[in-house]
Amino acid sequence: MTSDLIQAALYVGLLVAAAIPLGLYMARVFTGDMTFLAPVERAILAPAGVRAGEGQHWTRYALSLIAFNAAGFLVLFLILRFQHLLPLNPQGFDGVPAHLAFNTAISFVTNTNWQSYGGETTLSHLSQMAGLTTQNFVSAASGMAVAVAVARGLSGRQVRTIGNFWSDMVRAVLYVLLPISIVLAVVLIAQGTPQTLAASATATTVEGAQQTLALGPVASQVAIKQLGTNGGGFFNVNSAHPFENPTAISNLLSVLAILVIPVAFCFTYGRMVGDRRQGVALFAAMGIMFVTAFAAVYAAERLGNPLHAAFADPAAGNMEGKEVRFGVVNSALWAVVTTAASNGSVNAMHDSLTPLGGLVAMLNMQLGEIIYGGVGVGLTGMLLFVILTVFLAGLMVGRTPEYLGKKIEAREVKLAALTLMVMPIGVLSFAALAIVAGAAQSSVQDAGPHGLSELLYAYSSATGNNGSAFAGFNANVAWHNTFLGAAMMLGRFGYIIPILAIAGSLAAKKTAPPSAGTFPTHGPVFVVLLVVTVLIVGALTFLPVLALGPIAEHVSMIAGRTF
Amino acid sequence: MLSLIRPAVVLTLTFTLLTGLAYPLAMTGLAQGVMPRQANGSLILRDGKVVGSELIGQAFASQRYFHGRPSATSTADPADPSKTVDAPYNAAASSGSNLGSSSSALADAIRERAAALGTGPAPADLVTASASGLDPHLSPAAALVQAERVAAARNKPVERVRDLVQRHVEGRSFGVIGEPRVNVLALNLALDAEMP
Repeated sequence: MTSDLIQAALYVGLLVAAAIPLGLYMARVFTGDMTFLAPVERAILAPAGVRAGEGQHWTRYALSLIAFNAAGFLVLFLILRFQHLLPLNPQGFDGVPAHLAFNTAISFVTNTNWQSYGGETTLSHLSQMAGLTTQNFVSAASGMAVAVAVARGLSGRQVRTIGNFWSDMVRAVLYVLLPISIVLAVVLIAQGTPQTLAASATATTVEGAQQTLALGPVASQVAIKQLGTNGGGFFNVNSAHPFENPTAISNLLSVLAILVIPVAFCFTYGRMVGDRRQGVALFAAMGIMFVTAFAAVYAAERLGNPLHAAFADPAAGNMEGKEVRFGVVNSALWAVVTTAASNGSVNAMHDSLTPLGGLVAMLNMQLGEIIYGGVGVGLTGMLLFVILTVFLAGLMVGRTPEYLGKKIEAREVKLAALTLMVMPIGVLSFAALAIVAGAAQSSVQDAGPHGLSELLYAYSSATGNNGSAFAGFNANVAWHNTFLGAAMMLGRFGYIIPILAIAGSLAAKKTAPPSAGTFPTHGPVFVVLLVVTVLIVGALTFLPVLALGPIAEHVSMIAGRTF
Repeated sequence: MLSLIRPAVVLTLTFTLLTGLAYPLAMTGLAQGVMPRQANGSLILRDGKVVGSELIGQAFASQRYFHGRPSATSTADPADPSKTVDAPYNAAASSGSNLGSSSSALADAIRERAAALGTGPAPADLVTASASGLDPHLSPAAALVQAERVAAARNKPVERVRDLVQRHVEGRSFGVIGEPRVNVLALNLALDAEMP
């Protein structure tokens, strides 16, 4: 227990210590103060016909992102479909079936990294590298670009443009993602993560059986999958696999890499809008929810499962689907970090979490991935709630709401309210459709309320662009590959386009100096209001269905009932 | 329109070359040059033959060995490839059980595994399936509880076997991170070497 708390505290300390300098560095990168890679930047942008520094209107910025994602989707889809004709396929895997290639391509382009496929049994080394690793970088860079564009919009003084998408995206890769990935990959290799182009190794075990050990260019992909909040693993079980995550040290570095950029963005944002306290307020609001979520999952997993108490020593907590080297605390911490951050990599099987542990993981996603969230998009998702909060506060005190000196008017509030429909449509409507069509019943593994949880988790993960799974759910069928693919697109563009529209609209507005009647958006009152707004929206939307899934399962577990 | 398509296509191809090929290939070159043992799966050789990986657990059934955790991995059924059959510690297809907390299949499995070990609650990791199906470790308690059986099968004093387990306990990294554990393959190899 004491050692558990020390490990959790150490994590938080290291995370904040790394995120603050990184956040300030990123602010300098995206405002153009960092120029040591300028020649490389120019060399990359020139053949693309982009003039660095050419500002784009928000519509142009959004269209650039969509065009880039469309091209990425097409290239990835083709690599997957035709991997059997391409080099670096030592296991001789076949081309990926169309619906699975569609799902996987959308999944990686939208930064979701949902794994309908089992990596080591489906994908060639080339697909993993040129296909998935590439999208791990650029989908993360796209999200980061959106965040800095929004920060520019909110701090712009009557301007028409919010930056240049191509330039922002290239800078995100060159100055942030690639250098840190290289360092992380080297450390992972030193810890034991394989990095080879060879085929699987074969061992003759101590008892004389043949054991095939799947290998590949693992470390280079694992590094960026954590850092870019992508989460798609080289192996089926992701970072629970001893090759992806061999030691407690690799585990700590991985789980730090997942959250460091999302946390850093709070500080980048504060610097870019010229008021450090605005970033700190968002950091604090997210932190309150993060620590609460961790405490809940940790307690649930540590208390374990009373149904098994007579047979499995309850002092060790719930160890089903967990690895000994991580234990309960590191598994609970990872489960919260990965669902808070829309990363979706796992170091324990979430399907085997206790009902309440699974509930919190699911709720983290259903809130819209705003507890630090995905790189860049987590911050912008939270800013949508900020707009709703200042609107609600404005209603209470009877003044026109303002944020950062900009009047928040009907257009902004409508756009922000529109995004509140994304999660309910992607999760509740799509799940209901799957049940009516019978596709849910044939894919769930567990009977009883847990079956519903498996279905809900899948659609929450896809719409939240998370990518983790209750993996007993068989998603690799045409129905779910298609609808989960649609949910991922809805969850990505359903947030990005409205927030860019808001940024564009606010950029054009005058900035008024704060007056005595201005509702401050940096103090504890605002932080609490923001958290309450997020939780009320989430609870109103999802409490009924959570009562039928994880809460019902918890109650029956306590009552000694199995299914 | 072309002004959107051109950068989209050119930059997708540029980054495929830079981050999809150059970066992983450079990492592979570096890893193979500087850390070839780790880069190739931390394989263990015994008498010149690959006997496993120090990071990947393997199935032990004999009474003479310590047994790892239950593994939920499977493989394609040789009789019908559309179905799967149990194949513990299949390192070509990692998987957990994914059974939920209220699953009767899980409750039955845990009860049966505990019953096979004796009365009373067993160390939790010894009766629950790992996340990967390839967990190379046991908790020290889960290893020690097997010492008597292994000692009897090998006709050795149980104290010596317990002592061997104790010497194989790996502590937390820097005394803080992770959990105490025993690498089952390393332990069994030491067992063969010291108490054949």
